[in-house]
Amino acid sequence: AGDGGGPAGSAAEGGGLPAPQRVLFPPTFSVSEIKNKQRRHFMFLRWKQQQRKEKLAAKKKRRKEREALGDKAPPKAVPKTIENQRVYDETTVDPNDEEVAFDEATDEFAPYFNRQTVPKILITTSDRPRGRTVRFCEQLSTVIPNSHVYYRRGLALKRIIPQCIARDFTDLIVINEDRKIPNGLLLSHLPDGPTAHFRMSSVRLRKEIKRKGKEPTEHAPEVILNNFTTRLGHSIGRMFASLFPHDPQFIGRQVATFHNQRDYIFFRFHRYIFKSEKKVGIQELGPRFTLKLRSLQKGTFDSKFGEYEWIHKRREMDTSRRKFHL
Amino acid sequence: RTKTQNFCRNEYNLTGLCNRSSCPLANSQYATVREEKGRCYLYMKTIERAAFPRRLWERVLLSKNYEKALEEIDENLIYWPRFIRHKCKQRFTKITQYLIRIRKLTLKRQRKLVPLRRKIERRENRREEKALIAAQLDNAIEKELLERLKQDTYGDIYNFPIHAFDKALQQQDAESESESDAEKEEDDEDVDKREFVEADDSDLSDFEDMDKLETSSEEEQEEEEEVEKKASHSKSKGKSPLKGPARRKRPYIEIEYEEETEPTTKTKAA
Repeated sequence: AGDGGGPAGSAAEGGGLPAPQRVLFPPTFSVSEIKNKQRRHFMFLRWKQQQRKEKLAAKKKRRKEREALGDKAPPKAVPKTIENQRVYDETTVDPNDEEVAFDEATDEFAPYFNRQTVPKILITTSDRPRGRTVRFCEQLSTVIPNSHVYYRRGLALKRIIPQCIARDFTDLIVINEDRKIPNGLLLSHLPDGPTAHFRMSSVRLRKEIKRKGKEPTEHAPEVILNNFTTRLGHSIGRMFASLFPHDPQFIGRQVATFHNQRDYIFFRFHRYIFKSEKKVGIQELGPRFTLKLRSLQKGTFDSKFGEYEWIHKRREMDTSRRKFHL
Repeated sequence: RTKTQNFCRNEYNLTGLCNRSSCPLANSQYATVREEKGRCYLYMKTIERAAFPRRLWERVLLSKNYEKALEEIDENLIYWPRFIRHKCKQRFTKITQYLIRIRKLTLKRQRKLVPLRRKIERRENRREEKALIAAQLDNAIEKELLERLKQDTYGDIYNFPIHAFDKALQQQDAESESESDAEKEEDDEDVDKREFVEADDSDLSDFEDMDKLETSSEEEQEEEEEVEKKASHSKSKGKSPLKGPARRKRPYIEIEYEEETEPTTKTKAA
């Protein structure tokens, strides 16, 4: 009887009044039990409105309570973000960790950080680059000082590498292309250094960026590496840092940023200007792209026999939404 | 299907076109060259074996040597019509050429096609967008640059040593002499600033400093922190609200030139 009376009563209400102020909803029926779609939809909307009102009332009450308490109010609740909820990675680098510091002093980038070597970069593409990739390579070479672009012309990487080492290059960048857009980046530190393979996405050339800046000048830019927390991230960060000359020229006021967020590395190139002590203006010039690390190899590029330090395994690593590796 | 000719679908066809003369079904005496696993064979069909479909096509392995194989074709098809012999040799030539090409290509690096998985691609793109929004790159970069400015990585290029200047002020007493020193110092730096930062918004920064100058000279030391807060607060709000008070104070800022005393304060501040 109650169930029979409920829907009938609410149906009558629904037909008559469009939006009543006080709605009695504690009857036992739920909105989803009404068979008629129109009425069900209507009742659902009313239910939603009521929920919203209750929520607003609760919020107001909470705010009044907080104001009443004044200083003794409990601190505001911090909303949960993915970064907050991130699964703790045991390889997170502690800034004061000695082991990490020792490792870094003896790894392949030590000569760079000790100012013994000057970076010299070779940028190349995969076979037969299309226009967009070529232009991207050119722009990238203006961003990174002391870099040269060479065409591939079907040469095997394994044969290029000894030649590069002979000519004193420190790093090799290969931009892989698919269907006329660049989609992969291989970064290899040359004198027997680690090789990182990235997947590149959302590449914007300079003319596609909405800004009114001029081209990057020849000054050495500063480097910002954000959010590289784990060991793996740290080594990748050092790899990026070793691309640029160690002494940035502050006159140039240019900064290259590698920002890691949730395993995506965003690259931006800006020119900054300090308007006051507390304010800085930045203007984006230069290409932008995002990278996602696919694999890190110990030696130089060798796909068959190389020793992989880290590979992205989709089945194992993509299971949790809160777990990141960089 | 070309404009004038059809293609024949029969695998034993010699030329590939569907004609009366090159159909293996229509001719009782026929020969083809086909290759299997890199070796070429000569297939022959004669009228005597027309009743035995299983034994219809006779297979002869051709040698790997190109000229020898041509001779073998010749001797096998010795009394056969010219057309078939000729076409067999042509076909054999073409086959060997493409086999050579295959072998050459496999030596070079081959492009490995990795299939994308649509669901995963979509998932990655979506996550990238969300990560981009969460990253707030501009803010992060600005923060980092300001941090570096505070930690003095830029050295002496930018003349905003306001914090250091205030610290130096606090160290001294609240005397008019110190304030006049401060004014003088500020004045010097203002002069410097005007010279150096020609291209920048020198006007605004000057007026900001004048603003600070004015307020600091008016109020006492205990209230300096408040002034700092207020000035920085108004500064951080944005350019336009700042221009108001700066412009208002502009007409009656007077630069008082006092005697140069204690030039060491400048080094202390720096």
